[in-house]
This record gives sequence, C-alpha cells and structure tokens, in this order.
Amino acid sequence: MDKKISVKVCLGTTCFVMGSANLQELLEVVPRKYGDKVEVAGVPCLRLCSIDWEFSKAPYVKVDDDIIKEATVEKVLNAIEEKLK
Amino acid sequence: MAITGPKETSHLKREILVRLIKAFYSNDFAENARLIPYQMRPKDYEATYRCCVYKERAILRDRAIAGLGLSIEDTDDSVHMAELAKKVLEREKPDENCLTVLQTACKGCVPSRFYVTDLCQGCVARPCVNTCRFGAISVKDGKSKIDTEKCKNCGMCAQVCPYQAIMKVIVPCENACPVGAIAKDDSGYTKIDFDKCISCGKCISACPFGAVHKKSQIIDVLKHIKNGKKVVAMVAPSMFGQFPCSPEQLRSAILKLGFYDVYEVAQGADVTSKTEAAEFEERMENGEEFMTTSCCAAYNELVEKHLPEIKPYRSTTHTPMYYTAEIVKEEYPDCISVFFSPCVAKRKEAMNDKNVDYVLNYDEVGAWFIALGVRTEECEKSGFKVEATAQARNYAVTGGVADAVKALLPEDIPAYSVTVDGLNKESIRDLKKYAKNGVCELGNLIEVMACPGGCLGGSSTINPYKQASKNLAKYVQDSKSCKNEK
Repeated sequence: MDKKISVKVCLGTTCFVMGSANLQELLEVVPRKYGDKVEVAGVPCLRLCSIDWEFSKAPYVKVDDDIIKEATVEKVLNAIEEKLK
Repeated sequence: MAITGPKETSHLKREILVRLIKAFYSNDFAENARLIPYQMRPKDYEATYRCCVYKERAILRDRAIAGLGLSIEDTDDSVHMAELAKKVLEREKPDENCLTVLQTACKGCVPSRFYVTDLCQGCVARPCVNTCRFGAISVKDGKSKIDTEKCKNCGMCAQVCPYQAIMKVIVPCENACPVGAIAKDDSGYTKIDFDKCISCGKCISACPFGAVHKKSQIIDVLKHIKNGKKVVAMVAPSMFGQFPCSPEQLRSAILKLGFYDVYEVAQGADVTSKTEAAEFEERMENGEEFMTTSCCAAYNELVEKHLPEIKPYRSTTHTPMYYTAEIVKEEYPDCISVFFSPCVAKRKEAMNDKNVDYVLNYDEVGAWFIALGVRTEECEKSGFKVEATAQARNYAVTGGVADAVKALLPEDIPAYSVTVDGLNKESIRDLKKYAKNGVCELGNLIEVMACPGGCLGGSSTINPYKQASKNLAKYVQDSKSCKNEK
C-alpha cells in the first residue's frame, strides 16, 4: 500500500452550487485524518455534469477512478475507508 | 456563527430552479415546466422521501410553483401546471409577500409541546408534579404524564427533572422565527402571518422538509432579457466569495446570462457609509446617546412592525441597494434593475423602492449558471467601472458596516460599536431595552444584522460562512481603503 489514494473534489460551478461548496471542509478534514495516505484537492470542472446533462447528480467527487455522485462528506470518507481496507 | 449545513432540500430546490430555467429557454416553456415532476420522478422511480412516487411528484409540482413565483397555498391543485407557467409570463409585478409554505409537508411536524420521554423513572421526589403551577402533570403507570389541555408550555417541568426526561418538542420553523410570525394552525398546517413576518428567511433554513419556499422572480427577469430589455445587475458585496471564481470573473459570468451591465452594490455602500458617518457625527454633537445602522432589510422590517420605539435611534440613511439603484437608473433610465441578494428580506425592501425592479438570490443565479452551462471559474476577467472601497466591500460581514462608518468619522467623535450578530428573541429584547432606556451601555453605534455572520450568513447563500468569508477577505484586502480617499 504505497500508492496514495487520490481524492478530487470538483469545484466547477455546477458542482459548487449543487453542494460541493459544503465539501470544501474535506480539504481540511482528510489530511488531518489520513495524513499522507490520501491526497485531496479541489479541482476545476471534471466535466461529469455535462454528460447527458447530469447536473442533478452533482456534486461529483473522484476517489481514484471511482466517481461518487451526489457526494457528501460522509460518502467520500466512507469511500476512502473502503480503499484503505 | 451561521450554520449553513449541507442540505438535501437545497439540492432539490436548486434542481427545480435549473429545470425551470431550462424549460424557459426551450421552445415550449409551459409544457416543459409541466414535465418537471415527471422528469425528476419517472415511472419506475422508487420514492425516497414520501410514501410513493405520486406524492413526491405532487410535492415537486408545488415546489416548481414557488419557483414560478406563485403562492403554493393559493394555487388550485386542479389547474394545469402548463397554464400556471403561461400565466406567469403575463405577470407585470412579482407577488408582494415573498414567502410561501408547502403545507402538505407540514403534517410531519407535531405541534410544539413538552413531552415526557421513556427516561422518566417515576421517581419519589416528583419535582415535575410539584413544580407545575397548572396541575398538568400526574403520574400514571409509574411515569409522569402531561395533560396537554392544562399545559401552558412554561417548561418548568423540563428544568426541574433530575433525569432530563422531559423534552420540548419543537417545530423548527416556529422555533427559528424571531417574531412569532409562523405557526401551525388548528388543522396542523403551517401559516405565515405576513403582518408579523419580517422576511428574515430563518424559517427557510430551519425547516428540515424544505417546506418554506421563496417565491422566485427569476422567470420575470428571464422574460425581460428575452424581450430584449436592458437588464442591469446589481451585485451585493456578499456575492463575492459565493462562487468558485474571482469577482471579475463573476462579472463576466453574469454578462453571459444576458445582463446589459453589472454594478457592484458596494458602490452604493460607499454612499451609505459617507451619509451615515455624517449623520452619526451630527447626532452625537446633538448629544444623542446612540444610533443604529439601517442597511439590513429584515431589521428595518422589524423596526416597522415590532420595534417602532427604536425608530428615532435608527439611522435615516438609505441602504447600499437604494443608492446603487439610484445610480443605475440615472445611467440607464429605461433599464430593468435586478438586485442580487443573499436574503429574502431585500425582496420586500425592493418592492418599496421604485428604482429596484427585481431581486434574485444567489442560489437562483447559481441555478441559472448551471442551466446555461456557464462555468464561472473559466470566465475571463471583467472589471467594474467604478471600484468600491475595501470598507464598502466588507459590508457583508458582521462589524463591516460599523467599521466603514467609523473609518470616515473625525477623530474627535468617539464611536464605540456594538454588533447585533443575528436577530433572535434575545437580541430583539436587548434592542427594545436600549430604545426604552434611551441608552445602550455597550456603545453608541449599534450595527444590526438579522443573520449571524452578517450577509454572508444569509438564508440564500451557497458557500458556507467560513469559506465565503475567506474569499471575501481576500477581495477586501486587494481593494483601496476609503481613508486614502478623503
């Protein structure tokens, strides 16, 4: 388990308005909780909202290659826990 | 501090707005508006919040009705949604009362009362029975019981119970309302008493069912833009920091929506600061004890409806919105002016201001960006014609208004500012006391903000307070000070 888990919080306008504004706390919570095992960043639009006009499933977060729809802090932390198992 | 936690109700409300705006831009607004509940809850959808998909659709229809700017309570269920959408396009003016309640969602709340939980041990001391002055408590089957007919909701029993076994069952909207304007009626439906309501919007944030809606004016604004009118946006200082972009990018993002020009309301805030500082100076020279600010619309409505005794102490200076709209209408006399606001209360203020035609909240503007695919973070920068001062841009944060006034006062006028950081029953009581005694022992310049944290804590903001204040602070830091201007 050397490879870092990557967490990308989409901070594009659609995701931001639909809820990723509230996910910004992950940028502080995750490093505090997992140290250097997880790399977390707020990123520009991941373009996931424009596929089939799926804005209603925003906000999106990518944990490695997995896409979390309608992401919440809880969901993202659970996904990280799963990966660390 | 203002808590704007993540809420699924906000997600739902914003989704409906995006769909309504999309429908407006489509070639058949009425029909596509009608389809919204069906698109959101298609045939094979499994109901997640309510008993069945049919009820969820009915509720979504009601929410869309609020999005159209109509009153949910007054709308006949049998009228076709497409008809309503058509009717809205013919509307000349927005509705006067800016809130509406989705009453079907209110059945979930039990009326506010005190309740003995299972934690009751049926103790020997029985302080609850002995403390109750109304004889409402008796012990049955080894547990205390409250007779709701006799109970006056004084709460003494809950205070004396050694097991903390007696709870107050609250209705969140009633509990949040600082002026007792929202309550369940005998039928169990929540009603807003608009004679008492100060439009602060606390009930919107408080309701876990998202049952309190604002009546949106977005369709009206869209209509004017479509008809080729010159529509000018006036952006309140609290909006900078609400989106993932710089203020200059936000300006061009708003222009992309079809606005003719975009003004910073901080420009008007500079006029407010100057006028208010001069007024404060004069009042203090005349030996007055204190003055309160006058820029918060919910506070102003509170003064009108519940606190007339403080009127002589409230500044007569107009709000930043007022001065900005005056400037805008002077520049573009034939324009439609739209104020972008963090709260509902400004809608009410706008209705009494001939220079402000419409008010949109940040979540509505956000939905508009989504509907048109405007990525604010990718927009090019576009500067404001008139740059406001740092002090004016800081109006959005508690203490910012008082600081701006203080910065413009001559040194021989001592100003001690007091901030009322959020209107609630306690702070209203304090204000009443200052008015009654004619003195405030804490200071002489009282800044009143209805929302904790100031405008950044408004009920219609997007970004949580902590992040928003960080973003705004950066903008303020990069702005020129009004002190150098003097």
